[in-house]
Amino acid sequence: MSETVVLSLTPWDRFVDSFFKLSVMRDYLPEIAQGFLLTCYLALEIVVTGLLLGLVLALIRAYRFWPTSFLIIIFADVMRALPPLVFILLLYFGLPGIGVNLSGFTVTWLTLSLVLAAFAEEIFRAGILAVPKGQWEAARSTGLGFGRALVFVVMPQAIRMTVPPLTNRTIAITKNTALGMVVGVGEILNQATTGQSFSGNASPLVLGAIAYLILFVPVVIFGRWVETRFAWKKV
Amino acid sequence: MEYILENFFNLEIMQAALPMVLKGFGMTLVLIALVVPVGCLGGLAVALLGTSRSRLVRWATIVYVDFFRAFPPLVLLIFIYAGLPFAGIDLPAIVSVAIAFLLNTSAYYGEIFRAGIESVGDGQTEAARSTGLTGAQTMGFVVIPQAVRNVLPDLVSNTLEVAKLTSLASVVALPEMLYAADMARSVTFNASPIVLAALFYLLLLWPVVRLLSVLEHKTAAR
Repeated sequence: MSETVVLSLTPWDRFVDSFFKLSVMRDYLPEIAQGFLLTCYLALEIVVTGLLLGLVLALIRAYRFWPTSFLIIIFADVMRALPPLVFILLLYFGLPGIGVNLSGFTVTWLTLSLVLAAFAEEIFRAGILAVPKGQWEAARSTGLGFGRALVFVVMPQAIRMTVPPLTNRTIAITKNTALGMVVGVGEILNQATTGQSFSGNASPLVLGAIAYLILFVPVVIFGRWVETRFAWKKV
Repeated sequence: MEYILENFFNLEIMQAALPMVLKGFGMTLVLIALVVPVGCLGGLAVALLGTSRSRLVRWATIVYVDFFRAFPPLVLLIFIYAGLPFAGIDLPAIVSVAIAFLLNTSAYYGEIFRAGIESVGDGQTEAARSTGLTGAQTMGFVVIPQAVRNVLPDLVSNTLEVAKLTSLASVVALPEMLYAADMARSVTFNASPIVLAALFYLLLLWPVVRLLSVLEHKTAAR
């Protein structure tokens, strides 16, 4: 009976049935919505931790105390050179061996925060270096100490310049939350693939794709706007 | 300390896993050699379309670029690998990887090349055209070489990202280095093979990170 039904379907019907089956989509909508929220939450945590840590590292490095600078350079280089998935697998499967059990969520958050911190540190540093020396000298000659000149005079100017590259980098790294799927984080992609294998239908994947578009298209357009708004004025 | 050495830097296990990881390393190099040129060429095509005179083409390009930048690369990959079979299209893992990365990286390379092309002054094009070069010759011999030079740090930075991206292929069971290392990890119940893979990634990509720092300094100084 069911055989004849399948045979009577046109290729178009079969396509719609595999990718846009409404009954399947309705079944998996709650899971995907849950994944959506988890992805947002994870991404926000990564952005806050990563940017703050990056800023702190850049400020420490501005003091040019060589042992700390050296350690920060090593950290930034390693985190920029390693694929994040390597680090995620390393922490997730390696740490239990020494008695530290971290959840997939924590491992993904930690890894991506460190990666973002590494990139952010380099970007902030480039911003600090790009502030003309005269600004430092003027600030210091009015009696500000090094720390206050850095925080009140140099950083406000530096941060403005770092906005476009920082925005783009942050967007790219928050998209890596999808890597959490590999260590069992229930974010969008994980929910979508789980739904796909349970239902034997690709509609949950399509639903997941729509969720990603809803989340990231505005973010990408925002990034584009930031790029023009804060563009370097070419002389 | 002993535990750390035993679980992360176990030389015996590393030695046993070395042939497997090395083979995976070869596959990673093959993937990079496949994906980078394909992505670059795709990106160049996207950039040329993005600077086209037709508004419709320009808009279509922006939609393409934003659409594929909105998807995490792993999502694209899983879609093509796990979704297309439902449409009766069964692709080998390496083809899925190539298609997913082409869509993703051509969008990123495209934006970079477009910024580069726009950074070359109109006077360059006008001068080249007035010497009798055709439009295509002007693009190929005058505009693009200057464009590439202007955005070189971004190009290198993106290439570094693409190289790291190849590790995602492990998720669709393509036997590149991370896949091989993770296999060895699951057999030995020890993370040392992944550390070994990490060392190989550092060996390959650290010089690129350093190069990038130098390039960025030069641009900042200019």
